Amino acid sequence: METLYVICVGVLTFCGVFLCLRGRTFSVVVGLTMLSYAVNLFLFSSGRLNLKDAAILGMSDSYADPLPQALTLTAIVIGFAMIAFVVILAMRARADLGNDFVDGREAPDSDKFIKPNKDKI
Amino acid sequence: MSLFWITAILLIGVLIPLLTERLGRTVNTIFTMLAPAIALAYIISLMPAVFAGEVVTEYLEWIPSIGLTLSMRLDGLALMFALLILGIGLLIILYARYYLSEKEAVGRFFSYLILFMTAMLSIVLSNNVLQMWMAWEVTSISSFLLISFWSSKSESRKGARMALTVTGAGGLALLAGLLLVSDIVGSYELSVILASGDLIREHALYPVALILILLGAFTKSAQFPFHFWLPHAMAAPTPVSAYLHSATMVKAGIFLLARMYPVLSGTEMWFLIVSMTGLITLLLGAYIALFKHDLKGLLAYSTISHLGLITLLLGLDTKLAAVAALFHIMNHAIFKASLFMAAGIIDHESGTRDMRKLGGLWHFMPYTATLAMVAAASMAGVPLLNGFLSKEMFLAETLHSSALGFISWMIPVLATLAAIFAVAYSLRFIHDVFFNGEPKDLVKTPHEPPRYMKVPIEILVALCLLIGIFPNFMIGGLLEAAASSVLMSELPYYSLSIWHGFNLPLLMSVIAIGGGLLVYAYRRHLYRFQAQFKESDEKLIFEGAIQRLVASATSAHDGLNNGSLQRYIAALLLLTIAITAIPLINLDTAATHSPDQAVSGVEITAAIILCLSAIATVIFHRKRMVALITISVVGLIVSIAFARFSAPDLALTQLSVEVVTVILLMLALYFLPQKTPSESSPARVVRDVGIAAALGGLVATINYAFITQPLDSISEFFLANSKTGGGGTNAVNVILVDFRGLDTLGEILVLGIAALGIFNLLARVRLAMPSANEHGLAWSKDRHPPILAIISQSLLPLALLVSFYIFLRGHNMPGGGFIAGLITAVALIQQYIAHGVDWVKPRLKVDYQILIALGILIATLTGIGSWFFDRPFMTTWFDYFDIPLIGEIELASALIFDLGVYLTVIGATLLILASLGKLTSSHRPTSEE
Repeated sequence: METLYVICVGVLTFCGVFLCLRGRTFSVVVGLTMLSYAVNLFLFSSGRLNLKDAAILGMSDSYADPLPQALTLTAIVIGFAMIAFVVILAMRARADLGNDFVDGREAPDSDKFIKPNKDKI
Repeated sequence: MSLFWITAILLIGVLIPLLTERLGRTVNTIFTMLAPAIALAYIISLMPAVFAGEVVTEYLEWIPSIGLTLSMRLDGLALMFALLILGIGLLIILYARYYLSEKEAVGRFFSYLILFMTAMLSIVLSNNVLQMWMAWEVTSISSFLLISFWSSKSESRKGARMALTVTGAGGLALLAGLLLVSDIVGSYELSVILASGDLIREHALYPVALILILLGAFTKSAQFPFHFWLPHAMAAPTPVSAYLHSATMVKAGIFLLARMYPVLSGTEMWFLIVSMTGLITLLLGAYIALFKHDLKGLLAYSTISHLGLITLLLGLDTKLAAVAALFHIMNHAIFKASLFMAAGIIDHESGTRDMRKLGGLWHFMPYTATLAMVAAASMAGVPLLNGFLSKEMFLAETLHSSALGFISWMIPVLATLAAIFAVAYSLRFIHDVFFNGEPKDLVKTPHEPPRYMKVPIEILVALCLLIGIFPNFMIGGLLEAAASSVLMSELPYYSLSIWHGFNLPLLMSVIAIGGGLLVYAYRRHLYRFQAQFKESDEKLIFEGAIQRLVASATSAHDGLNNGSLQRYIAALLLLTIAITAIPLINLDTAATHSPDQAVSGVEITAAIILCLSAIATVIFHRKRMVALITISVVGLIVSIAFARFSAPDLALTQLSVEVVTVILLMLALYFLPQKTPSESSPARVVRDVGIAAALGGLVATINYAFITQPLDSISEFFLANSKTGGGGTNAVNVILVDFRGLDTLGEILVLGIAALGIFNLLARVRLAMPSANEHGLAWSKDRHPPILAIISQSLLPLALLVSFYIFLRGHNMPGGGFIAGLITAVALIQQYIAHGVDWVKPRLKVDYQILIALGILIATLTGIGSWFFDRPFMTTWFDYFDIPLIGEIELASALIFDLGVYLTVIGATLLILASLGKLTSSHRPTSEE
């Protein structure tokens, strides 16, 4: 179980990091979302993987660790706020700069390929 | 009165010249002299105590907990310097009154001068090394301001910059050295440091500390190879040159050597470095001085040479040498200040300082000429003048030195050689300026200066004579006090008399005078010899070096910082990989792991779906809508995973956040391109896959490493106290609203700020409204399908009821403010989607900004409420009530706090989405409708 869990976290990290390294804002936003899944799962697992008992007193004899859960809960909400902010920033950047490159200009290795279609959509 | 008053009065004195400037130069000068005069009077009143061997110390506690105390110390050495600083300072102010013209900013000049005086006095009176260092830096800065006083001249600016760079860099080295010494001793107090000489000398870090402190001293005192800044500092007005760059500031380095003498000297290293530096500087300065055609240039190199002489004395291994050094500090200050002032008068009254143009000035200004000649004779070391006495002591001490072991005989020989040059350049100063033909091409006819301009020189020259003839009477006591505070032991026997009989030092003096006459007589040959060398301009070399430094810094910066965010992220990630991988390599793999728990088919299936959809997101990331769908699958599996691993609260939160996020991204996608063009080069893809894979692997490894360790958590406390202390059975919620309530308060604050930030970002945005998708297909005109509208409308009360239920039960069962808030938000957003902003707006008259503020206010006030019961911030209260029909219920103040969370979450989520959603309707081109 643990092995499976960490593989999932690893795959999510891999995908998130790869997407964060793309040159367009939307990919980076998706990457950040993915990365925040990975981080939340990572943090959450510091309470170990407990299959049976939620941290509700009186429902069972042993309980899952409530602290990582509480921290992860707020992390999820804050993560949402952060992603929302980045998305809006990306939109604002596109509105002000006319393209959606993360650098606010043409990507260094973009000229070999397709010129960005500015505001044609 | 206290020693602190000296600096306080002088600090006030910094402002006086600026305030009295409008009253005219003379009144201004008198007022300016007030503060130094009071300080000088006070110092003089303390003289008897210091002469009696007392060390006047005073403390003013500042931050005692970290050992920072303002502390002052007046001993013999400090007294001698204080008298020089204040005494010569007063004369300089008087002199400057006549030197500067009516049009110049005299007030500013005096202000800088007093600032320098304050700093210089603070150095010598300081009993705390950090305090001393601060003052040291202020002298560098005020020196910069004074050198660049005529800031319209390029040479002033360049000279000032050079001086500041060299002395500033030395100051940093000094700071490091002083911190090392303080660390060894364990105190910043000078009195403690001075008492721990052995401890410091035997410490392993002694050589480092010594070299750092010497760097500070040598740069300040223009010792070889840092001497080059001093001649360029001569671009300053002459009073500044006389005061800072010969009499006082450059002596700060010497002062430091003398101050630290009891602690740092006495080792082979000290003697070797200090004496060799001094010797080279002495010779070099004396030699170059002879070839300088500029009067101030000659004096500058002469100053370097004399500073070298004093340094050499401090580096000789006899006690008497230290006494001679102190004696020469005084003498040099006196005769050199008067010579500079005389040079200033010559410049002022004849319009040039070039000795090739000057000559025969005796006829025009005999009185000034006499004064200058006496001072120059003192510089050359002619008997009956003060310079002779200390120079003879110096020559005598070089004979006793054994710093160079078997070749120590070289020191007196080289010293005599330097003395020959000193006589030669002094002779040149007298002969080339006042005799030797007629002045050539002068812009004005030279004449005697105003009466009072000569007063400072008269006083100093009188001192030269008086000390030269009655040394013991004039400065015997002062020298003794200074020497005993430097040597901190029994003083050696010395006699301050003119005649010591026929001895070797006298012979050396005679050789020096005779040799000097000869060198001067045959100077043409020397000039011709010297003319073969290409003259190098330190200013150009220095500026070149600075420019190269700036250029290389710029290119390094531009190379690293090319504006590519991708590059920065990649660099950051590579660094992360490096710093996480290295400890993992060293980690013991045999560490005990608990065995994996059994895996069921459901879990394997979920994991496969998760991984596949994550990878699909990457593969299809350029088709943005597809990527959005696949990533929402990932989010769904993550929330299922939370549910599976006994975290119902997390599962609920993740699920509702997922919904909100997807809606948000879809809205955003409406404004952004639907597709990403393929533009990453294959090499870039390979690089990024490599980085991502390495990081993914590392994260997985670390995660595996810690989740297979036995759990040792602080959560036992939360579980044990959740019910009894927080009044709830849902430990997660109790942690959020009670145990870690302050964290939660901070987090809803962040949420609110993010929402408000978004609101503002969108407030004035101008976005192009796409009228069709990328295939040219127009968007559906049926914007609000009736089925969706009706279903969502009927779902709304149900959703609100559910969210209210989840909110209320949150304390004891999975739920709470965060989750309930998100559910409410989703229910309301559904109305927006189904009916459009224009429909919702008149029906839901809630200002989300106010909702956020209200939520945060409620949460904060709940926390503050506990103050009224004399409890710490955020103490919760709860009790059980029996209400008829409903039964026993629990009321807790945490519920009100959770209400704040609830409102903030609703407000923030809706503010974000509604602001974004509004754009789709308000800016939509009407033609499309």
